Amino acid sequence: MPALVWVLPPVVLLGVFFLYPLFLVVRQSVQPDTGGTSLQPYADVFASEAFREALGTTVWLALGATIGCLVLGFALALVIAFVPFPGGKAVAKFIDVFLSFPSFLITLALLFIYGTKGMANGVWTDATGAADGPFQFLTTPWGVLLAEITYFTPFVMRPLLAAFSQIDTAQLEVAASLGAGPGRIVRRVILPEALPALAAGGSLVLVMCLNEFGIVLFTGAKGVTTLPMLVYSEAMLESDYPAACVVAVVNIAISVGLYGLYRVVSRRAGA
Amino acid sequence: MLVHSRKGKWAVWSLFLVLFLPLFALPLLVILAASFSSHWSGAFPSGFTTGHYTAATRGESLQALTTSLVTALAASLLALAAGTWAALAAASLKKGGKRAVDALFLLPVAVPSVVVGLAVLVAFSKPPMILNGTRWIVVLAHAVLVTAFAHQSVSAAIQRLDPAYEQAAASLGARPSYVLWKVKLPLLLPSLNAAAGLCFALSMGELSATMMLYPPDWTPLPVRIYAATDRGSTFTGAALAVVLMAATLLVLLAVSRVRTRASYR
Repeated sequence: MPALVWVLPPVVLLGVFFLYPLFLVVRQSVQPDTGGTSLQPYADVFASEAFREALGTTVWLALGATIGCLVLGFALALVIAFVPFPGGKAVAKFIDVFLSFPSFLITLALLFIYGTKGMANGVWTDATGAADGPFQFLTTPWGVLLAEITYFTPFVMRPLLAAFSQIDTAQLEVAASLGAGPGRIVRRVILPEALPALAAGGSLVLVMCLNEFGIVLFTGAKGVTTLPMLVYSEAMLESDYPAACVVAVVNIAISVGLYGLYRVVSRRAGA
Repeated sequence: MLVHSRKGKWAVWSLFLVLFLPLFALPLLVILAASFSSHWSGAFPSGFTTGHYTAATRGESLQALTTSLVTALAASLLALAAGTWAALAAASLKKGGKRAVDALFLLPVAVPSVVVGLAVLVAFSKPPMILNGTRWIVVLAHAVLVTAFAHQSVSAAIQRLDPAYEQAAASLGARPSYVLWKVKLPLLLPSLNAAAGLCFALSMGELSATMMLYPPDWTPLPVRIYAATDRGSTFTGAALAVVLMAATLLVLLAVSRVRTRASYR
């Protein structure tokens, strides 16, 4: 009994400052401005073109970024762990530092690299004399995708590097001495060992991509709207709180569902 | 190891560099370069200037930096206190109870931060607690967002703790409060430090919830970077971003020094 009493204060704090506000969001989502309780806000939001587009964009961007991060993260971690080079430790350290910076810095940097007046277009116009460069993708979903892959790949690499350090290199030597090529060793020896870490890292990145806001906001493109962006614009720009709350509830449902899945996967993986 | 031939190794390494440098190193270098230049209309930036930094370290920008530092410090301390308390209390519960508390404290990670911002805005814009328009609402939202991370790392550390220490202390007649204060917390100090650093870094860079909540007189640095970039002053934005990164790294460095000193004890 005393143990239960001790756990109460932090749980009450969390309840007052987090769970109760969430409950209010859910409640507001079924209370239209006209008063009363109805599912009308849901019907309105689900019927709107903007919401469906945002939902579609959010999901394909998150899936695309996750796949990109998994492939890139696996390849880079593979080199750091199994084709070691001087400075590899520094690279791993750099990745830790990278993780402590906010995501929107990447979009800011991409503006200088691929923006209309940026580096890549500058090189092109200097070389060809053309008025405009060929890189105009920054304000399209592809710009967001590039930024998300850049920012979230380290989140996959960290658990992978931890998993790779557990692999006994003798296994690789044995496989190689029996005539297996590098591709086969990666497929048959390393990949099975890394699968739990890949699954855990991948689902974490998927959730974070679904919730990403800073990258999309900094892109500043009217053409790219994701669910978090829609919550922001409905609440802050349109002052339509019931609609914002509906979008928020949908976003919560998707993210929390996936996060639950991630916890199950990572517990299985022992991470 | 995986690739044995000299040629193969170099091929792999150059592929690594071709992927790694433009994707991860270039963005940070570009921000650094832009922060020192006055225009960028070709392959390289031009017009070396430190003017953006003079602007970034005075007036409203300096205020934004201190706002961010104070917010991050307050939010980390609150989150650390609540998260550690919850982790310590949950550790003495039965398996089901512990799992429930852990799940509850992890929830803020899964909920989008924009939604956390919206929820806090909806809840504290009306009586009994009106915090909207004050700086406390920003600190509160940051604390909620980072508590999950504090709880997660402290509770992982508690799991690794050898129970023999506290059992020995208790068997020698130490009261539970004494065991907590003199045995458990000192042993947890390195992970508390690491958790504090993590919370601080996250709070320093928090933008999503802050955009929904910040009052005009409490503008954290990320919001200011956004405002600068949005009105087209990308170079000022870059200088502010470098200030943000430097401040975060300095604090992390200080925290990790404390950690190494603490782990000698």
